[in-house]
Amino acid sequence: MRYARRFVHDWLPAVAVFVFGIAIWEGAVRGFDIQNFLLPAPSSIVETLWSDRGELWSAAFFTFREALGGFVIGCSLGFLAAVVVARWRLLRAAVMPYAIAAGAVPIIAFAPITNNWFGVTGMTSKMVIAAVLCFFPMLVNTMRGLTSVSPSAIELMRSYAANEIAVFRRVRLPSSLPYVFSGLKVATVLAMIGAIVGDYFGGAPGALGVEIRRWVGIFAFDQAWAGIVLASMFGIAFYGSVALVERLTMSWHPSIRGAHRE
Amino acid sequence: MAYAAPAPARPRLLRSERVRDGGLRVGLFLAGLAVLWGLWEGFRFVAESTGLRLGQFEANDRTMPHIHDIVAQLFEPSRRNGPLLIDVLWDAALFTAKEAAVGFLLGAFVGFGLGVLLAHSGLLQRGFLPYIVASQTIPILAVAPMVVVWVNPRLPDGLKDWGAVAVIAAYLTFFPVTINTMRGLQSVDPRALDLMRSYASSSWSVLWKLRVPAALPFIFAALKIAAPASVVGAIIGELPASIQDGLGGAILNFNQYYITSPTRLWATNLIAALLGITFFLVVLLAERVIVRRAPEHVA
Amino acid sequence: MSTQGQPVVSLRNVTKSFGAGGVTAVQSIDLDVPPGAFVSLIGPSGCGKSTLLRIVGDLVEPTSGDIVVNGKSARQARLDRDYGIVFQDAVLYDWRTVARNIAMPLELMGWDRAKRAERVREMIELVELQGFAEHHPWQLSGGMQQRVSIARALSFDPALLLMDEPFGALDEMTRERLNGELLRIWEASGSTIVFVTHSISEAVFLSKRVVVMSPRPGRIAAIVDVDLPQPRNADTREEPRFFELVTEVRDRLREGGLDEDRTAPGEGELVVAEETP
Repeated sequence: MRYARRFVHDWLPAVAVFVFGIAIWEGAVRGFDIQNFLLPAPSSIVETLWSDRGELWSAAFFTFREALGGFVIGCSLGFLAAVVVARWRLLRAAVMPYAIAAGAVPIIAFAPITNNWFGVTGMTSKMVIAAVLCFFPMLVNTMRGLTSVSPSAIELMRSYAANEIAVFRRVRLPSSLPYVFSGLKVATVLAMIGAIVGDYFGGAPGALGVEIRRWVGIFAFDQAWAGIVLASMFGIAFYGSVALVERLTMSWHPSIRGAHRE
Repeated sequence: MAYAAPAPARPRLLRSERVRDGGLRVGLFLAGLAVLWGLWEGFRFVAESTGLRLGQFEANDRTMPHIHDIVAQLFEPSRRNGPLLIDVLWDAALFTAKEAAVGFLLGAFVGFGLGVLLAHSGLLQRGFLPYIVASQTIPILAVAPMVVVWVNPRLPDGLKDWGAVAVIAAYLTFFPVTINTMRGLQSVDPRALDLMRSYASSSWSVLWKLRVPAALPFIFAALKIAAPASVVGAIIGELPASIQDGLGGAILNFNQYYITSPTRLWATNLIAALLGITFFLVVLLAERVIVRRAPEHVA
Repeated sequence: MSTQGQPVVSLRNVTKSFGAGGVTAVQSIDLDVPPGAFVSLIGPSGCGKSTLLRIVGDLVEPTSGDIVVNGKSARQARLDRDYGIVFQDAVLYDWRTVARNIAMPLELMGWDRAKRAERVREMIELVELQGFAEHHPWQLSGGMQQRVSIARALSFDPALLLMDEPFGALDEMTRERLNGELLRIWEASGSTIVFVTHSISEAVFLSKRVVVMSPRPGRIAAIVDVDLPQPRNADTREEPRFFELVTEVRDRLREGGLDEDRTAPGEGELVVAEETP
């Protein structure tokens, strides 16, 4: 019962904002007669999502697969690279500035190049973009997590004469989980955005970004906006699934248990 | 999401140790550049000799131009009888930088304001935070044409076109600033708050004298993410706005000539990368001066 | 366990300096800890007592001097897991339950599951945390967390127990109660204990021998033998002899270089909190 109350307390304002927001949006569009190019009414978006669902959803899934592929590859590589790099302090100091600088590079500017490398219409070039976008946040976050262990915990392990591998497996890895999930959540959104923006520079005919661009070009704004909303929904769902996994695996962490003393 | 921890305070080192540390850093940095160069040329060499193919990809002058060719291209004319590529790109970079900087400042102020608002009201936070997070899932590139059409007529003549791009850049900038401002403001030790209340301080003083200074490290951590993001936003924003003068336009332009002259696109990307890094370094420098805490290599 | 008669810990002329600038933490320490003894190290902040403890545990390398722990070098004693250590911060792993926290060293030593479960049960009984085996650290109070830490340190039956101000973060009442429990555990397990503390009354209550250290560079200023009868309990704290010993330790601390009449701490000397028994 107390749990239910907490749930309501946490989510009711957001739900209320959603309901009022949609109502105001619908009202404003009709009342001010806003062109459906700029912003269609929520009702017409929902209608289009249903009426064009075949086309829309297959496009969204296509792009989602690009994003997912890139996510898996980029995050795994980023994690592994962090495990290797975190081991040696010198290597860490050498790599960190590059990892940070790479985060400052507009990766998306490389989309035309990956298109040239792997072909415009295949999934590969967008997957590569998504993977690169995911790699660096994962690298930085995982590295931070692996090195954030308290010195006392390490001293304790040394007093047990534990070897490096044991320390890694039993202490560093579990304590880095919050950071790893933080990186994963950032990566979900980056992967999705990367896939869609990558499409803009040229992509398969069935990809969501390409379709949205095409619809804008032929003034099919209902479809374009429906596509945009769908892209966002996929991004949110992707993020949400990772957050759910986090909640399930890290029930012990303060941020999940709300730092309550039971 | 996109919340970056502030850099931990570093212990004070002796001057001799700092100099040696600095020298080591520079050395490692140059070594790193050399390693990257080596990896590039090495990979290309191996791939070419063994005829390695990854799907459609094979290494040659078109797909992996030599680094020295790319750099050399900068000093070639950008088109027949035209100005040098590097001059063209320099102007383009400045143009994009202008859009990005304005977008960055706009996004930073909006982000800061939102962060202050959300930090002060748990209700507002619970109500609006999910949508602020969700806003970043909207592919801004797809929405950009609409933004341009809506914003442009409302701008004074001098700001037309690139003003809309600045708005798009601001869109990518405000989010990390909002999240981190919120966390930073809420990170204050409750006892420090009690102390302020015991002085009968107004909410306003508490904000500016206690919370904001405490939040500065967090805010700068966010600004370091936001600065390059504003460059990305500017480049992306230029595309649907069909702006020729910036790096986005240059990328689209040279993309069309990629088959005949791949090095031009690569050179453009190099300049774009340098622009992003420059923005990052500017914020890093500002952090050093304002927060006076030597930033660790942590975003 | 330890070889009969031989001191469990033997330090000869141990010195530790840090860094090129040469901050000397401890200087020329000679100390013997007999088997089964309870020895306290007390001194002002910065006198190096924690450093000394870590030297015994081979967590810090001495600059010079000889150390014999359980008849071996400190390093070998560590590799053979001859000691358990308890820090001021319980250092429990949030993602493990109490039972699995206690089992951690046993897992590392390759004990099989049945043996581990058996020993964990024993340890939980020893520190009187029955019913909390499946709890997580954050669900326990500070005192309870320290008890888990002690249980963990003793789980593999080491000859030696090193404790670095384990009750320093707790309130006075909890501290006094845990002191009593620690003595009970000590008697039941028969280990040798080296105990670092800031608190004069705690040192006198717990130990057979109080080693008083001087401010940095830490030297042994005095050794006070505590002849209070065993077993000790709450009443012991009210005996006249207890007060006498507390006063004697306090005097030795002052003589060792701690001067409470000085308003500003001198070089390396810091004022220790005065204890009112």
